[in-house]
Amino acid sequence: MGKTQVPAVEGLFTMGDEPRLIGGKGKSRDSYFFPKNMGGSDPSCLGDDEREEVLLSRTGTIWSYTTSSYPPPLPYIVTTEPFEPIVIGAVELDDEKMVVLGQMATGVAIDDMSIGMRVQLILDVLNEDDEHQFMVWKWEPLNG
Amino acid sequence: MDDIAILGAGMTPWGKLGRPFVEYGVVAAKEALADAGIDWNDVGLVSGANTVRNGYPGWVSGSTFANALGFQGAQLSSSYAACASGATALTIARAQIIAGVCDVALVIGADTTPKGFFAPVAGDRPDDPDWLRFRIAGMTNPAYFGLFARRRMELYGDTTDDFAAVKAKNSRHGVHNPRARYNKEYSVDDVANSPVVADPLRLLEICATSDGGAALVISSMEYAKAKGFTDPVRVTGISTVGPSYPNAVIDMPYLASDSWNAAGDSDHTFKRDIAQVAYDEAGIGPDDLDLAEVYDLSSAYELEWYERIGLCADGEATRLLRDGDTSLGGRIPVNVSGGLGAFGEAIPAQAIAQVCELTWQLRGESGHRQVDDAHIGLTINYGMFGHGSSVIVQR
Repeated sequence: MGKTQVPAVEGLFTMGDEPRLIGGKGKSRDSYFFPKNMGGSDPSCLGDDEREEVLLSRTGTIWSYTTSSYPPPLPYIVTTEPFEPIVIGAVELDDEKMVVLGQMATGVAIDDMSIGMRVQLILDVLNEDDEHQFMVWKWEPLNG
Repeated sequence: MDDIAILGAGMTPWGKLGRPFVEYGVVAAKEALADAGIDWNDVGLVSGANTVRNGYPGWVSGSTFANALGFQGAQLSSSYAACASGATALTIARAQIIAGVCDVALVIGADTTPKGFFAPVAGDRPDDPDWLRFRIAGMTNPAYFGLFARRRMELYGDTTDDFAAVKAKNSRHGVHNPRARYNKEYSVDDVANSPVVADPLRLLEICATSDGGAALVISSMEYAKAKGFTDPVRVTGISTVGPSYPNAVIDMPYLASDSWNAAGDSDHTFKRDIAQVAYDEAGIGPDDLDLAEVYDLSSAYELEWYERIGLCADGEATRLLRDGDTSLGGRIPVNVSGGLGAFGEAIPAQAIAQVCELTWQLRGESGHRQVDDAHIGLTINYGMFGHGSSVIVQR
């Protein structure tokens, strides 16, 4: 049957086996932004005509974590019945010195989490329709 | 900056009351006018704090409230700055008074809220960070509160019992406030027995969404004197400051923090600047405060504000809490109104409601929750996307 995998939101990350977040980088100095044209606001980069597109670090360290233990409202689409709490990680990226949020990979429980834990970015299904799987990034613990 | 006088304060009881927001605003405004002894026809400016959940009338709140009170030719202003909207409405009114545009102004905020989590504006809008955080990660407001709480536990050794103790303290205060929504005293065990909403925070530690309204009548010092107010409560400082780059500590509603790669300082957050701007304007410091009303969206958030407003160094907030310093009767009581924990949040009203509480406290009218010898108070608040809000009042 094979549904087509598409990004849940265009322009935020690359698809494929080694997905990366698509960020921006200042031309005037090395400030990073995510999403590329939405996140951050370095006034030193005001004169830049545009941001350079860069792929952000795939690995990082848990800065903090929490849960959404009750079903969030739309546009989040609840796919489990009964609702399974969403475990959320805030991750300090290895190279860019910034923190990016995301869901933790399916199967990661809140009791598995600790600050300082190493994680890697993967893609997982956020929700589906008859023809598509809408993909999103999640953070997966790195072994060792 | 010249001081302005607070001539009157008014506030509805808060709760899930199901009435139109305009009604709450009018009740609060009439109470503030009666408290001031000022005729509605003498008001030269109506400065409204907007609600974005009640259609067009909420986006033009200054006009909506003036219409409901009876159009009498006053100048109008309508402001939105998320949870800081009330302070923005107040700062506009102050500026117009100091500029000589009007002598006396009425500042009003009121809201009617839906049940459950606050949700983003409807539609398919991937360019809106507030939409994106729900779509991608199911990040509700409480989930951000949970992230900040967990971070405090790691950095400073705060415990879930400490967080619960904030709720217990504020509920002890709130039972003495007839306008509070929750008039029940909660224990640390009550909190521990409520369900987790955003780990490590539980239901009783996260502020509800409420209906409510609050209003202030303010004037120039000369007008106050001419009307016979010999010693009114004065506004001596207002901060509506925004972030300075880099906002390295992630903030609602963003999916990422600013990068501190080029600018340094991984701990930089503008929440440190909010009160400082108000202190500088008033020419006082944290040691001068007799009480404070802080924005306890969650129990853990209240502890962060102790540090951000300079009551103690980073990581020492739990010591103040455990020592009773921030309880009624302590060295620097915080949230003697009961705070958002006892009220819930009515977004456009809450920054105004904080100033109402300080006004009554400084006038010595607060009954069983009265802080002895209260002369200087500070409010702090914060609107998502980066609107700071702090007001200092003195008498």
